[in-house]
Amino acid sequence: MFKDIFRKTKYVTIQSTPAPKRTTPDGARQEPKTVKKELPDGLWVKCPKCGEVLFIKDLEENARVCTTCSYHFRISGRARLALLADENSFEEWDSEILTLDPLEFPGYDEKLLEAQEKAGMIEGALTGRAMIEGIPVVLAFNEANFMMGSMGSVVGEKIARAVERAIDLRLPVVIFSTSGGARMQEGILSLYQMAKTSAALGRLAANHLLYISVLTDPTFGGVTASYASLGDILIAEPNALIGFTGPRVIKQTMRQELPAGAQTAEFNQMHGLIDLIVERAQMRSTLARLLRYHQEGVQHGATV
Amino acid sequence: MAQLFEFEKPIIELERKIAELQKFSAEKDIDLSREVETLEKKVSLLKKEIYGNLEPWQKVQIARHPERPNFYDYAPLLFDDFIELKGDRLYADDQAIAGGMAFFRGVPVTVIAQVKGKDTKENIKRNFGMPHPEGYRKALRLMDQAEKFGRPILTFIDTPGAACDLAAEERGQGEAIARCLLAVSGYHVPVICTVIGEGGSGGALALGVGNVILMLENSFYSVIAPESCASILWKDTSKAKEAAGAMKITAQDLFKLGVADEVVREPQGGAHYNLRQTADELSEVIAKYLVRLRTESPEALQEKRYQKLRAIGMFQEKSV
Repeated sequence: MFKDIFRKTKYVTIQSTPAPKRTTPDGARQEPKTVKKELPDGLWVKCPKCGEVLFIKDLEENARVCTTCSYHFRISGRARLALLADENSFEEWDSEILTLDPLEFPGYDEKLLEAQEKAGMIEGALTGRAMIEGIPVVLAFNEANFMMGSMGSVVGEKIARAVERAIDLRLPVVIFSTSGGARMQEGILSLYQMAKTSAALGRLAANHLLYISVLTDPTFGGVTASYASLGDILIAEPNALIGFTGPRVIKQTMRQELPAGAQTAEFNQMHGLIDLIVERAQMRSTLARLLRYHQEGVQHGATV
Repeated sequence: MAQLFEFEKPIIELERKIAELQKFSAEKDIDLSREVETLEKKVSLLKKEIYGNLEPWQKVQIARHPERPNFYDYAPLLFDDFIELKGDRLYADDQAIAGGMAFFRGVPVTVIAQVKGKDTKENIKRNFGMPHPEGYRKALRLMDQAEKFGRPILTFIDTPGAACDLAAEERGQGEAIARCLLAVSGYHVPVICTVIGEGGSGGALALGVGNVILMLENSFYSVIAPESCASILWKDTSKAKEAAGAMKITAQDLFKLGVADEVVREPQGGAHYNLRQTADELSEVIAKYLVRLRTESPEALQEKRYQKLRAIGMFQEKSV
């Protein structure tokens, strides 16, 4: 009890100006001025876009979208599922596939344990079937909290199986990607998960079944260069960063400074790479609208 | 003379000694043939020991050797009447990827290859063998034709990786690679992929979906460049050597992991020591697999390729 009196309050440092964009148009870096304000840790978070300090509880209740400027914060796969699927409609698949360390890669064991603790799941993908506004669909999600959604053998296998099962069940597939790319700790095996998932989606397409790919922040590397780009329809969340090579690597290897706004969902749409940018709050209804066009044998009150 | 690596120096040192002895013996008319013979035996043993025990990082260096044969070196030795076809019909002709038709031992095939330059000027033209989306779209266009006309496809992989600049991002690098992966996985013709030098990440994989995956003895194939891996994991690019070992990227590693079907022998010291010998070995191995694949039905070719991809990866299923 007395301990509490002497306990140090934790403080966070917040910035009084909005966070700078990557660069100003002339390429110079803006250094944010920092002003210390005393806020208890863990209750508040600052929006990286508008700088507003948000009460975390409010943010969570708003599906982790900034209540002031609609900036979309990252969200876990499970939380996404709860926003999308009809209540109690989700049936999870392949939750018991365990990761091995095929290359005996230094430090991979510990990294996996850390990731499992952080994400509260045994691997970085969640797959299964559910209903969206009463329409049956196969769903898959990358988990950003699990080694930045990287794709190793298990993630690739779970996605390939989900797609194959969709073929058997003749269901459409929606995959939400969030990933830094392939998982280097599994080396070449990880690289070939790109081919494996793409091959499965090729079979889905050959069976005339719909695949909607939703790209969320961030989607890069081997995931962009495989299943995330192969949707019949490509949707992105606002302000999501999407690309092949990460901005840091482009800067390092090419000594090329990216213009402000490069690799955002909006940039990708402008370059013809994305069909729709859909806000999180509208995702469920938008998916339902798109799915309704592709329901096999279902008539929607047709009069012709 | 070929650029030499540090690990080759003891061999060169001995060879120089032999040359000196021979010169001395000729000049002074002294018989030193026994001494020369002893040294030659020693060189041969040393070569066996050094080249036979190359570390992963040394293989990476050989695979990236500026004089390592590229696709254009092999093409006249492997094929008759190679006709190069250009452009993606959408944006440009990317010279980091070459493609066209050729006869391989009398069989019409479609060939697709990544090409690095031999000097700075050529490397700028070919973007150091790093294709842009238009390169992958050209490859896809030509491979689709192969499928249409029932020609087997032979790909040759040699790239540090896909182009990683703003232009590549604007034109959809990820989509261009992904389309190749999806399309080739569904083809009904034989596809044989050979890593002839560097197999750099997704940019290499775009040409790496095959019924058969071959690797030259000193080539490597990796999810990420060893330097980048070291930079990410240990914040230190000088640990690339360790990363090259940890990621299991050599031809021999990939054979053990079940990704590569066969390792193609190179002359001692690497392909650049004897282009013709390397081409002959490669031709034999490709022919062996092509003969087998040409007996398969189109459906079987597609199904077996799918099952090959499907089987890559290691995990454990908890028994229920």
